[in-house]
Amino acid sequence: MTSGIRFDGVSVAYGDTTVLDALTLTVEPGEVMALLGPSGSGKTTALRTVAGFVQPSAGRVYIGGRDVTDLPPYKRGIGMVVQQYALFPHLRVDENVAFGLKARKHPKAEIPARVAEALEMTGMGAYARRHPRELSGGQQQRVAIARALAIRPDVLLLDEPLSALDAQLRSGMLAELARLHRELPDVSVLYVTHDQVEALTLADRIAVMDRARLQDCGTPQELYRRPRTEFTASFVGNANLLPVRVGADGVDFAGAALKVPVGDASPGAAATLCVRPHLVGLGEGPNALRGRIAEVQWRGATHRLYVDVDGHRVKADVRELRDTPPLGSEVTLHFAPEDAVLLGSGVGDGTAPGVNDG
Amino acid sequence: MASARAAAPPVVTAAGRPRRRTAPTWAWALPPVAVLGLVFLYPLGLVVQESLAPGAYADVLASASFRDALVTTVWLAVGATVGCLVLGFVLALIVAFVPFPGAKAVSRFIDVFLSFPSFLITLALLFVYGTVGMANGLWTGATGAAEGPFRFLTTPWGVLLAEITYFTPFVMRPLLAAFSQLDTAQLEVASSLGARPARIVRKVILPEALPALAAGGSLVLVMCLNEFGIVLFTGAKGVTTLPMLVYSKAILESDYAAACVVAVVNVVISVGLYAVYRVVSRRAGA
Repeated sequence: MTSGIRFDGVSVAYGDTTVLDALTLTVEPGEVMALLGPSGSGKTTALRTVAGFVQPSAGRVYIGGRDVTDLPPYKRGIGMVVQQYALFPHLRVDENVAFGLKARKHPKAEIPARVAEALEMTGMGAYARRHPRELSGGQQQRVAIARALAIRPDVLLLDEPLSALDAQLRSGMLAELARLHRELPDVSVLYVTHDQVEALTLADRIAVMDRARLQDCGTPQELYRRPRTEFTASFVGNANLLPVRVGADGVDFAGAALKVPVGDASPGAAATLCVRPHLVGLGEGPNALRGRIAEVQWRGATHRLYVDVDGHRVKADVRELRDTPPLGSEVTLHFAPEDAVLLGSGVGDGTAPGVNDG
Repeated sequence: MASARAAAPPVVTAAGRPRRRTAPTWAWALPPVAVLGLVFLYPLGLVVQESLAPGAYADVLASASFRDALVTTVWLAVGATVGCLVLGFVLALIVAFVPFPGAKAVSRFIDVFLSFPSFLITLALLFVYGTVGMANGLWTGATGAAEGPFRFLTTPWGVLLAEITYFTPFVMRPLLAAFSQLDTAQLEVASSLGARPARIVRKVILPEALPALAAGGSLVLVMCLNEFGIVLFTGAKGVTTLPMLVYSKAILESDYAAACVVAVVNVVISVGLYAVYRVVSRRAGA
């Protein structure tokens, strides 16, 4: 059985406002695809076109090779989990989980076993007779996941499923979701989130969305280590984005020649250099940058230094310092050439939303 | 009364007996009790007292006209309530969940509708379906017949139609409030799980709307039991309900004792139904 989701030039517009612009993206069978982006980026709209709650103004949506664009939601056979759980308050936990099986006219005799199986999978077997209002937020979300899995869908849609939970619960549920996917390797998962940690942890691939468009798509490692756009660089992880001019064997930044791989960038062109703050070191080294400390934040295991280098603010995350350098003091930063990525100018289109301190 | 008490300022009851300038708490209950007693309890007492005239209950309860009126009142009220619940539920579903242009305006209009006097609806129905109304006019104009086919307005069915028309918004109001509280994500999840719209209405929307249906339905039931204007305007000839009977006994026949007996029965039915509703709604955990 082939599952998988394919967006083929899907656009959604309300009047003059385009909320999703010609999205073309394939989620392979058994793959976890994260749709990552800020609010209003169109990621939830993309998910809703798969569920059938939003009708595309152009393009087609395929599930498992079948064109579902014109099918009503109840004929699509998908499991869905939303941020606010959306359990049916008047039904017990087991009745909630059985809802989909009954709606799909599953043989009555098999329903209890399927419900028990789904509840067992999410660790909620002991709560079958409770009502949703008697459960905590995390437990309610487990029931919602069990309810979606009970119909054994080929495609699972998760719409910010962990956003309503507190931080500790969230990391526990992340591990839980990863385990569930290992147990159900054939289910394709579309996971909408604005949280890069969730996307990096769970996803096989991440589709980065911004302003109704797909900006970038790749494995978490690709996007993190070799981002192609300024937006990806700053939204997936944290980044220093330095305006540079490409030279023959490196780049020119604020009057200093930096040795970085330039690839096939044409000499003389303006470009952006992306360096991750935790790869910037304090002290002398290759690619030294001299500047003044503008701000120091202690974050427990690390110190975040903000250093003004010729009017550009450079962030450096260094291991906790015994002696914090005083504000205004002169320091030298450095980074290894292979840790820098040159982003072609114009590709990012200036989409970086200011400083991203995530 | 309760609110008047709650608004009373706290009275200091320290042992040292400060200046007794402030009135004692119970004094605040006097004005509402006085008003209530004057305009409501005293007349009610008079009615009950009048109804206790020798032989009045036996005479009235044995009379065919009373039993007819009782049956007519109850079935009209129950019928109108059921009609209002069904019609109100369907209309509220459409207004709340089918995104059509003007849904908001309709919702507003329902608020205004609640303030209309009941005879206005009845008059409107007379204009449309009355013996010389528009519908019959069209018919006689088209066929040349002397009389039109619509003559149900003076029958109990006319009263039923008018009551359903007038009271349906009283059911829709609480329903619309309940629907606006409903999480639309529940409806979406239900449909993604494979539930068709009819199943979603039955299994998700209806159970969550039950308290609102009970509230609207019981309100309409009590109001229909006591409805006077609509019955007077439409079915006056053939349809006699308890309030109509009170009116005819008291005003037309000057038989006050009988009128009071009927009135007491009417009050008992209303209060009884209200009590049942309170018990049921509390047990439902509303």
